[in-house]
Amino acid sequence: MPVVLEHLGKRFGDGAPVLDDVNATIEQGEFVALLGASGCGKSTLLNILAGLDQPTSGALEVPSDGAAFMFQDSALFPWLTARGNIELALKLADKSGRTSKASRAARAGELLDLVHLGGAGDKRPHELSGGMRQRVALARALAQDRQLLLMDEPFAALDAITRDLLHDELERIWKETGRTIVFVTHNVREAVRLGQRVLLLSSRPGRVVAEWNVTEEHRTDAGRAGELTGTITRRLREEIRRHAN
Amino acid sequence: MPIEQETRLVAGETAENAAEAATEAAPQSRHITSPSLKGNPDELRDLEAGLDKLQSDAHRKARIDWTRIILPIAALLVLILAWQFYVSLGFKRRDQVPGPLDVLGQFGALWAEGKAQEAVWTSLQRGVIGFLISVAVATPLGLLLAQVQPLRRAFGPLISGLQVLPSVAWVPAAIIWFGLSDGTVYFVVLMGAIPSIINGLISGVDQIPPQYRSVGKVLGASRIQMALQIVLPAALPGYLGGLKQGWAFSWRSLMAAEIIAVGGTIGFGLGSLLDQGRTLSDMATVMSAILAILFVGILIELLVFAPIERRLLLRRGLLAGSTR
Repeated sequence: MPVVLEHLGKRFGDGAPVLDDVNATIEQGEFVALLGASGCGKSTLLNILAGLDQPTSGALEVPSDGAAFMFQDSALFPWLTARGNIELALKLADKSGRTSKASRAARAGELLDLVHLGGAGDKRPHELSGGMRQRVALARALAQDRQLLLMDEPFAALDAITRDLLHDELERIWKETGRTIVFVTHNVREAVRLGQRVLLLSSRPGRVVAEWNVTEEHRTDAGRAGELTGTITRRLREEIRRHAN
Repeated sequence: MPIEQETRLVAGETAENAAEAATEAAPQSRHITSPSLKGNPDELRDLEAGLDKLQSDAHRKARIDWTRIILPIAALLVLILAWQFYVSLGFKRRDQVPGPLDVLGQFGALWAEGKAQEAVWTSLQRGVIGFLISVAVATPLGLLLAQVQPLRRAFGPLISGLQVLPSVAWVPAAIIWFGLSDGTVYFVVLMGAIPSIINGLISGVDQIPPQYRSVGKVLGASRIQMALQIVLPAALPGYLGGLKQGWAFSWRSLMAAEIIAVGGTIGFGLGSLLDQGRTLSDMATVMSAILAILFVGILIELLVFAPIERRLLLRRGLLAGSTR
């Protein structure tokens, strides 16, 4: 089921609109990178998609079971182990109480293996590195078993080596699980690296102003990828310059 | 997917592995990325394992830190020596300011009579029972107040006020209602402990990072699940602070009640011993009782609350760099 945004708008109180007339359609299984400068309402848009916030105008069509969400910092619960965090997500996702404790433990083990953290399940969040925490957070988001996965700059606070690795990791997991992913970032290279499609959001108010497809050619040819990155960066800067006066 | 196949073979993979991975990736093959690591799960796994090792702390083994034991004992010795020194200067009459040895002797005499044990046991029992009842009453109330805004706004100021009201103020009322019975003692203890536990829990809840609630909501927690699975554990450090304070209030209120309400069916507690010393003008007994009250308090802190708190903070990685 696709995600459809029609003339979506959001303002807080009487202030200027944060989002205005946002239109987009995201197909099932698609990986969309949502790109924009700071203050363009990317996070607000994600919160609306996740149901944490309500739009003030326009229509929104999301899968009825809601969306899984991954935050910029891992937001793991410090009183639980890595495994405990995932098991809690499984427990909260299970509305009818059908799954047994043992089956949840087994599923948590599978998810930890999926993010290559099979050996770190009993560690607590503060004992893990930033990259490991984000992988646990990813496993927790996958534990919700929802088609739509929203990611709010999940790798922004990581060092470059770890981030590169997590890009590969996320791509692998996306292929394995076939989720629909909306990935918010302010990093053009990251958007081109990960997305099948890059949507550029303008700032104040946020609106989808441009869109690029990232084709197979861009993936295999570093020159073409660089070209696309350059084009998108120029368009982004143009958008930012508009606010100079 | 010729390019991917090639890199696999160059990397020296077995043909079987490569075939397996290729069929895995085949259905979504429209997304082929930079050639560096693509489609080689084992290499990715190793890389990550290496990075994880480099980035996470090696586990440090805890050893017994003797300064934790020696320093408090040394401090106690210094205080006792200072006390003895002051007494030996002879500014005051010995029966008004007894020395450490006089007090120890008197305590020994009380112990031989069985009075000391009786007093400590009676008071400790009441303190612990009163405290446990307070916890059972205050925890649900605190959670309710913290989670339901209108209730919080309505009763919050009252609860804070009750915490400021000295629980001794309840003693006369309690004596009129319950007479000289255990009911009086427990009533005063509850009025002292319950507000401070509620306040501790509420302030613990207030300090929860808002993100935890967002995560809970995204994960689909119901109201009850949110309260029990996320808010309560997240507020645990503050709640524990409230419990510590609640115990302190129980113990203090208990002493106040025991000193004021003597006789009837009220048993013989440490406060009663203190009051008896006062009526007999027996300073050594008074000092023995005061020190016993103090030491019970310290023991409970050291044996019950300190280990729980330490463990709680350690597990959350909150003790690094503290002076504990």
